[in-house]
Amino acid sequence: MNKKSSVLAAPFALWILIFTVVPLALVVYFAFWGDNGFTLDFIKSIGEGEYAKSLGTSIWLGAIATVICLLLGYPVAYIISRAKGISQRTMVMLIMLPQWMNFLLRTYALMSLLENNGLINTWLRDIGLDPINIINTRAAVVLGMVYDFLPFMVLPIYSVMTKIDHRVTEAAQDLGANGFVVFRRVILPLSVPGIISGITMVFVPAVSSFIISRLLGGGKEMLIGDVIEMLFIQVEGGRNVGAALSLVLMVLMLICMTLMNHFDDSEDSGGMIA
Amino acid sequence: MRKIFSKLYMAIIFIFLYAPIVVMMVFSFNDSKSRVKWDGFSLRWYESLFEDDEIFAALTLSLEVAVIAAICATLIGLVAAIGLFGLNKRLKNVMMILNSVPMINPEIVTGVSLMLLFVALCNLLGFLEMGFTTLVLAHITFCVPYVVLNILPKLRQMNPHLYEAAQDLGCPPVKAFCKVVLPEIMPGVFTGMMMAFTLSLDDFIISYFVGGETQTLPVLIYSMTKKHVKPNMFALTSLFFAVILVLLLIVNIRQMRDENKKRAF
Repeated sequence: MNKKSSVLAAPFALWILIFTVVPLALVVYFAFWGDNGFTLDFIKSIGEGEYAKSLGTSIWLGAIATVICLLLGYPVAYIISRAKGISQRTMVMLIMLPQWMNFLLRTYALMSLLENNGLINTWLRDIGLDPINIINTRAAVVLGMVYDFLPFMVLPIYSVMTKIDHRVTEAAQDLGANGFVVFRRVILPLSVPGIISGITMVFVPAVSSFIISRLLGGGKEMLIGDVIEMLFIQVEGGRNVGAALSLVLMVLMLICMTLMNHFDDSEDSGGMIA
Repeated sequence: MRKIFSKLYMAIIFIFLYAPIVVMMVFSFNDSKSRVKWDGFSLRWYESLFEDDEIFAALTLSLEVAVIAAICATLIGLVAAIGLFGLNKRLKNVMMILNSVPMINPEIVTGVSLMLLFVALCNLLGFLEMGFTTLVLAHITFCVPYVVLNILPKLRQMNPHLYEAAQDLGCPPVKAFCKVVLPEIMPGVFTGMMMAFTLSLDDFIISYFVGGETQTLPVLIYSMTKKHVKPNMFALTSLFFAVILVLLLIVNIRQMRDENKKRAF
């Protein structure tokens, strides 16, 4: 394990070059080069009409879903990190387990629950209550995002919270802080890196999600992911604008990454998923 | 009081997370196509699962891709991790950032970017076609980062002098690596490989863009969600879920026993 072994990084570097760098360069290329050479038309077209609208809707719904995930997920992470031994382990497992089920089927199952003649409404009618009308609304899309991505919020916050030294909280208590003050002045600030990484891990997939809006929103409103899919798969010659839209998502990702790097200086950031 | 509140809260969250899954599993035993009305217990969807050629073909393809991608990604990731470990800090940082790009990039962007690459390559090289090969290449690409991130910390935790000691005692480098380093980092290699396998098996978005006409299981599920998902797909997923649950329980119980043993010493 000396300097000589660093040669072994070369094949990996080549792989990254071909399958990560070149493809992203191609996205940039198609976003700016049309049939008649360099043009800004594709980028400009994003700012207008339907594209701008669905981009705005995606960011708005993604942001709401992220906030709800944070509000719901933070207490979950806190409670789990406070639990002991077996019950902590079990709860972490229960949070992770749904991820192993295909997300399309999970979303589809959620749809069958929420439908106007779905299970929830059938039950509501059976006990004599008014059925709820949620399917094919924006609320259903946000609910779907929260349902699919909540674990991405809980796990990073949880893993940061378990690393908080007990002696720090004890010291705060010894110095006279009550439960609330300990939480606000010690635990909350120390869990910020987890919050940031959780926000990134929910916001990025939520904004770029496709299918969720089609299944739960009834396809009335296309989110940016659906638009990109449509432009690349269904529309002949749509790939230039599609590439331009992908570029916007890439920039969004870059902003998130910079934010994360700013807050997370540790080298062992390998515990994102497991 | 606070304990009751937090228990209640966790219960609500878990009901939220599991209700759709439980409903799906229950209705995989339903005697009719309905996803709402219970028409009695039956195993007919489980029976029809084993006669469904479309599902079987998609499942086989998914498993083939996942096995090949997981093995290749593990080998590439292992070599890469060792290389990165010896690299100087600046180059290493650049590589680590590039390594994390496929993980942080929105999946749809990775999907379309690889699609653009493969379309260009297919035009350039006459023999290449969108299909099995491009699927495997794409899956390796998004799996390698996870393998690298699982192995690197293990290398860092290892005592570097062990490897030097083996060499001082006359062991050739490759043998020293296999005998000394590999056993130390094996847990990381194994976790990385399992992660790569499950990620590959479960991937839909990237496969959808680079798979051409081929249908992996998630892509087949997607085409079904456009119309009607056959209940035997729920049956298949319920089976998967049961297998994963058992595997996780075994892993967890084993870990717990190891920890208890350590504590006993």
